[in-house]
Amino acid sequence: MSPLSRRDFLTAGVAAGAGLVIGFYLPHRSSIARNAFAPNAYLKITPDGKITIVVARSEMGQGVRTSLPMILAEELEADWKQITVEQAGASTLYGDQTTGGSASVRTTWDPMRKAGAAAREMLIAAAALEWGVPRSGCKAENSVVVHAASNRRLTYGQLASKAGAQPIPTDVPLKQAKDYQIVGKPLPRLDVPSKVDGKAEFGIDFRLPGMKYAVLARCAVIGGKVTSFDDKESKKISGVGFVGKVGDSAVVVVADSVWSALEGRRVLNVQWDEGPNKDLNSAAIFESLKKSASGKVVSLYSTGDVSKASGRRIAAEYQLPLMAHAAMEPGNCTAHFRGSSCELWAPTQVPQDVRDSVAQAIGLDPDQVKVNVTLMGGGFGRRLEHDYGVEAALVSKGANAPVKVLWTREDDMRNSTYRPASYHQLGAVLDGQGWPVAFTHRIVAPSISGQKGMPTPNGVDPDLPDEAALIYSFPAAKLEYVMTETPVPLGWMRSVYALQTGFASESFIDELAAEAKKDPFEYRMHLLSKDEDIKYFDTVWHTARMRGVLQLAAEKAEWGKPLPAGHCQGIACFGCFSTYMAEVVEISMEGDQPHIHRVVAVMDCGQVVNPNILEQQIKGGVIYALTNALRAQITIKQGRVVQGNFDDYAPIRMNEAPLIEAYSVPSTEAPTGAGEPPVPPLAPALCNAIFAATKRRIRALPILS
Amino acid sequence: MAAITLRINGSERKVDVAPETPLLWVLRDTLELTGTKFGCGVGLCGACTVHVDGAPVRSCSTPVSQAAAKNITTIEGLTAKGLHPLQQAWIEEQVPQCGYCQTGQIMAAAALLAKNPQPSDDQITQAMSGNLCRCGTYDRIRRAIHRAGGAR
Repeated sequence: MSPLSRRDFLTAGVAAGAGLVIGFYLPHRSSIARNAFAPNAYLKITPDGKITIVVARSEMGQGVRTSLPMILAEELEADWKQITVEQAGASTLYGDQTTGGSASVRTTWDPMRKAGAAAREMLIAAAALEWGVPRSGCKAENSVVVHAASNRRLTYGQLASKAGAQPIPTDVPLKQAKDYQIVGKPLPRLDVPSKVDGKAEFGIDFRLPGMKYAVLARCAVIGGKVTSFDDKESKKISGVGFVGKVGDSAVVVVADSVWSALEGRRVLNVQWDEGPNKDLNSAAIFESLKKSASGKVVSLYSTGDVSKASGRRIAAEYQLPLMAHAAMEPGNCTAHFRGSSCELWAPTQVPQDVRDSVAQAIGLDPDQVKVNVTLMGGGFGRRLEHDYGVEAALVSKGANAPVKVLWTREDDMRNSTYRPASYHQLGAVLDGQGWPVAFTHRIVAPSISGQKGMPTPNGVDPDLPDEAALIYSFPAAKLEYVMTETPVPLGWMRSVYALQTGFASESFIDELAAEAKKDPFEYRMHLLSKDEDIKYFDTVWHTARMRGVLQLAAEKAEWGKPLPAGHCQGIACFGCFSTYMAEVVEISMEGDQPHIHRVVAVMDCGQVVNPNILEQQIKGGVIYALTNALRAQITIKQGRVVQGNFDDYAPIRMNEAPLIEAYSVPSTEAPTGAGEPPVPPLAPALCNAIFAATKRRIRALPILS
Repeated sequence: MAAITLRINGSERKVDVAPETPLLWVLRDTLELTGTKFGCGVGLCGACTVHVDGAPVRSCSTPVSQAAAKNITTIEGLTAKGLHPLQQAWIEEQVPQCGYCQTGQIMAAAALLAKNPQPSDDQITQAMSGNLCRCGTYDRIRRAIHRAGGAR
């Protein structure tokens, strides 16, 4: 960890007596360089003793409004009960405010700790000055500075203003893990009470005086545009006001209530130009992926020389379908266009992108657009898009009123951005004992960032480095990528490419173990048996840590021990977002369908900040992944998304939820991602269990297609 | 449009809406009771669950005219004062993640406990499988229902 520097902090110019304020910077991704110091988080201690952390990380269920302040409070020696969290809105004054990539804890661990430690030292210095004693005799604990020798004490509130005038220290000692009082404890989430009585205000709940409600009619065919529309019938519906085009691909109906808007849209007559995709279908999408496999190949990782390997050759192809996030809260955004300004209340993971995209769409400067971030009813990556915000701003401008744009479930299912379909070619060469002397994996998929016009340095999607690591000691291995194109709108969905790469490679490893007639757990352990550091882009993976999660998963799942009659187990491990994960799935077969009895999930994410929240993330990730594996599939027919609601895109319900056991490996390493890593190992572990039960290898998801 | 009198959370409320309007939108838009959530609009997810004469009902698929003259209870009126034992259990078991579906989950669970104060695992599964949760909080929901039922 780097020492503190002036670049890490900023004291905000505070009026005398206002207390202590420290501005600091939370990077979204370590790889993104910053040009100038722009704080995007603040710590405020006011004379009334209140400690406020203003943080630009969106709460979508992952618990950041609890876990991030815990990190800071630990170093601050704060009384946890005095801490409140404020959500920062988009600001051009702030640095990057994106929430995603399982990055919130791992990227804020150092800056949060340093900010807390700096404030602590300033409070101690202020107390020492007040008492005229050496600061070495003063100690901070539980929001109080104590001078033991004279038995004097001052609270953080009493010290706040004086502390604010102290210089920010640059060489602050950070606590040892063994001394943690807050970090590592299963503290209750701060947001839970408001989420059991209906008081929590999500984006969909926000309202303004005089606010109208709007729904949009969009072309059922991907990329279709409006030719003309007739709103005669819509205007007959009581409460319907403005009806008009939004951009060139939608018509909005604005009304006094959601129901009137929906009724107005139901009878709206729109003529569509279905455009170039009206014959697109899922079969063609997969054919195109397969054809592209021999296209422009980019090397992601290479070790040894796979062409020189000799032995028994094994090859297999895998494919995964388009998937939809299907967060519980459908898309929505509230906007109020006021001529020379526009204010939005957006459930978003990307307030700054919303601000900039809105500004561009309605012809304002970014400074004239204010984005307030609301609570989110799930995100899973869907709210990394700015579409809801832009629509709301355009509609508010067109209707000249404050407006809430609402998407129905069908709107969300059919006009979303989707996890890309992908195709995978895997190959291996096995020696006489069945161990792989060469391993190859070619990933064929469109680039999400590329489709959005974002940079893809050296022809590599920027998310792949975090999501396609190969953490085994192979004498020779090659990982390749072919970037394809698709007209289907793409988005980042929980674990992004790691779901695809993990399913393909961890299923194939199981195939190799079966070919070698070896136990699939022992097979993996053998490939990890050498302590090795595997550098893959910016991340160095350690075989020892992967071995650790595998070993613990096998122990907890009682791998290899006798199971109830008809039960079989499957295992898989995968690393992404710098975290190691292993899962064991226990099933029995009912006809040709798996009944999932038990999932043991083991994570090594370094230091656990809050075990209560981590358990939620692991078990929730397993449930999410189970839906992906069993049924989640978006199909395209005549250019249209076939699925529409939770009947034909059916998430796991309680009656299908298996017993899930979540464990973490004790560690004091710096924390790494937790929200996404539980997802990738589930599908291969489940399919490997199905193979164990049936000798049938599943190489395409979903399982129940 | 029609004038309809509703009995919601013990109070009479007069609304002037189209009689076929789903109860959900009357609660949310007209009466500003936004604890009841919109999830699917067709009775598949349970986020909009309220009680009508004590029974769990999907308010997104119930025309407001059908709810007139009946006792409607929403999450805001689950108890006259303080927290319902289920809400307390939800906090103790730390159930919510994003929280969006949880009010509907609690309303479904409250209807179950009113009929069956100490449900078995199977009975909980049967009563709660109509309510979706994309965060995957099912095991904590089950624990919280047991806790509120006094079984743990």
